[in-house]
Amino acid sequence: MSFDVEQVRKDFPIFEREVNGHPLVYLDSANTSQKPVQVLDVMRAHQERYNGNVSRSVHTLGTESTEAYEGARARIATFIGAASPDEVVFTKNSTEALNLVAHSAGQHLRIGPGDEIVISEMEHHSNIVPWQLLCERTGATLRWFGITDEGRLDESSLDSLITPRTKIVSLVHMSNVLGTINDFSRISARTREVGALLVLDCSQSVPHLPIDVRSLGADLIAFTGHKMLGPTGIGVLWGRFDLLAQLPPFLGGGSMIETVTMTGTTYAAPPARFEAGTPPITEAIGLGAAVDYLTGLGMEAIHRHEQEITAYALDALTSVPDVRIFGPASPAGRGGTVSFGVDGVHPHDVGQVLDALGVEVRVGHHCARPVCSRFGVPAMTRASFYLYTTTDEIDALARGLDQVRKVFG
Amino acid sequence: MMLDGLYQEIILDHYKNPHGRGLRDPFDGEAHHVNPTCGDEITVRVTSDLSEISYDGLGCSISQASASVLHELLQGKDTATASEIHQAFVDLMQSRGQAEPDEEVLGDGIAFAGVAKFPARVKCALLPWMAFKDAAVRAGVDVGMSPEVKA
Repeated sequence: MSFDVEQVRKDFPIFEREVNGHPLVYLDSANTSQKPVQVLDVMRAHQERYNGNVSRSVHTLGTESTEAYEGARARIATFIGAASPDEVVFTKNSTEALNLVAHSAGQHLRIGPGDEIVISEMEHHSNIVPWQLLCERTGATLRWFGITDEGRLDESSLDSLITPRTKIVSLVHMSNVLGTINDFSRISARTREVGALLVLDCSQSVPHLPIDVRSLGADLIAFTGHKMLGPTGIGVLWGRFDLLAQLPPFLGGGSMIETVTMTGTTYAAPPARFEAGTPPITEAIGLGAAVDYLTGLGMEAIHRHEQEITAYALDALTSVPDVRIFGPASPAGRGGTVSFGVDGVHPHDVGQVLDALGVEVRVGHHCARPVCSRFGVPAMTRASFYLYTTTDEIDALARGLDQVRKVFG
Repeated sequence: MMLDGLYQEIILDHYKNPHGRGLRDPFDGEAHHVNPTCGDEITVRVTSDLSEISYDGLGCSISQASASVLHELLQGKDTATASEIHQAFVDLMQSRGQAEPDEEVLGDGIAFAGVAKFPARVKCALLPWMAFKDAAVRAGVDVGMSPEVKA
């Protein structure tokens, strides 16, 4: 059966609204996705009928909540091909997951002066700053891959960048600015060879691509719920269980302990070890419902739809005068996130004119300022697509850009 | 289109033909401000008698036009007058579009009344004014209290 985007859109109540007198054209899913009624209903039903705290109550509500929470974990584990639900740690978001890794893996590996952490210029700030902080704490050195003119990771100095001094390599799977989908075959092999850990920021890939952690070649990955039809406040750290089992805790508190005495504490096994305090229960259950929704449509079908939309958008944007696309120019090896500039018009102004026409795009440095610097601009305009994006919406974007050029021409 | 309130001709004119743009010497105080959410930047230089106010920056039409208007309104004014105009502009931007601007005081600055209705853009308009205030302080000139940017 082919992918029926009009049918999909009926599941998203937000598409019934108008913005500034125009039908909503939502092209900001890389920022946060919209939510289908199936996710909203599950969260509401949980709060109305099943609410209790998890993992600590013998009563019926507590048991039902725990089952729903752990059920969500199990479905997310299946969704990403994890070996067991115990490899899925709930966090607040990707940022918290990456900070957890920087702290816990940093401590486990006894990172210190002379050690190196390798990232890239393509990272979101959430995969830069935690490593800068780790280096500040420990005296380790931060190094990074550059970006080629085509918007790909520059692997030309792979062997001198990743060396026996490297302890952790942490890279973005799909760029939130350029749309580039990175191929880690060489990097992963080199990381293994030197005995370092490979961490992947999958915030932009898990929502859009079929992901199997067994074939990714990573030791740990981070992603977030709100970019994949789920709510805000819930994210995931996946890790190989044998590795998670060796990592010390990040936050301390309830739920993450085995035994507490006044003189010391022993810790629970993963994933509980990394889930101190009452977790975002309703949000985790909502993310479980989002995963069910995505699985129902099929990630292969979603990815194909987005590839078609991306090809259409690249064509449409290329035909608008004065528009320059940053990142891979063809749909191969890239996802449905397209950043561009309009000559002589600041992205803020582009975004403002588009908003007046109901077209919602993101403008600014997209929490990835080094990417903007790499391409010599202070900011970019970004249109990003998802399973509910239509070619009509791309046409509305192109018309909006004509209007931008008229206002500032 | 509701954009007319935001992109007044006066603003687009200042954006396309900025007044007094470019950093000049000598100066007594300099400040560099950035808007961390969008990457807009501005550097403002002032002399202690406010006889010279120069600036350079990267940013949207609102922030760049605002810098041009600031230059036009404040350069060569005495501290008391500059403070009064500065305060009037900040008040206008924080009015959520409810204030009636006084053209006698604000000149072309009245064109920014529409910007105050767009909370996301108030910071853009205020960026040069905050940088000016810091530069003035460094030049030993106090142009009044620090406003809260609520956008």
